[in-house]
Amino acid sequence: MADPSPNGPSATRHDPSATRHGPGRILILVYGIFALSATARAGVQIATQFSEAPIAYLLSALAAVIYCAATFALARATWFSRRVATVAILIELVGVVGIGAFSYAVPDDFPQATVWSHFGQGYGFVPLVLPILGLLWLRRTS
Amino acid sequence: MFEPLTWALVALALAAMVYAAVLTALDRRINWTLLGALGVIELVLLAQLVVGIVQLVNTDQNVSGVLFIGYLIGSLIVLPLGALWALAESSRWGAGALAVACLVIPVLELRMYEIWTA
Repeated sequence: MADPSPNGPSATRHDPSATRHGPGRILILVYGIFALSATARAGVQIATQFSEAPIAYLLSALAAVIYCAATFALARATWFSRRVATVAILIELVGVVGIGAFSYAVPDDFPQATVWSHFGQGYGFVPLVLPILGLLWLRRTS
Repeated sequence: MFEPLTWALVALALAAMVYAAVLTALDRRINWTLLGALGVIELVLLAQLVVGIVQLVNTDQNVSGVLFIGYLIGSLIVLPLGALWALAESSRWGAGALAVACLVIPVLELRMYEIWTA
């Protein structure tokens, strides 16, 4: 492949831009959709009803930031951005599992307020599957 | 909410999604037929924005206007952005990405319907 990276011996084997090609094109599109919708959702929540559930809405905002970071990092597809994407997606996985479990354990504290509530049930559980696919794809293209 | 437009958009988007998925399965790239179909859907979405705003102004129902208009406008950016992203791919997966983008439209329509009837 063109453009071998100077980042060490293993770096020359593969082209990091493979991350955004092939099935990765679909993965990143889905990340982009979630980045847009989570940002819009958090924006509306914080602008119109922040005092009702500040913690839930701040978590909404965190989810939005994570989705945006993962989208851009995956789409940039450099050696460095792949690391950023890995960290963002790990946080995403912890977030969806943690908040998902918490929203079942203490439902009163957690109305259907964030993307990650009830393991992303409001979004067809895509938020739960997405980080797993993201990590598998990063591994596959490494 | 003007339901014939909603149903037309759901049907058109699902048809385009199936076509894009078939292209992907046959290892074909995005073609002009698919892009034309997306253009038609985009025009109907634009009509929906106009009709939706007129209906929102005239309705007696208690509809969350900001949310509803947000979805009307948001639905307009999905296909153009998706197409730009997908056209940069020179393999079958460009069409695959557009299939997913098409699936977003019925989801948004469902949400709009929920917001309108809430």
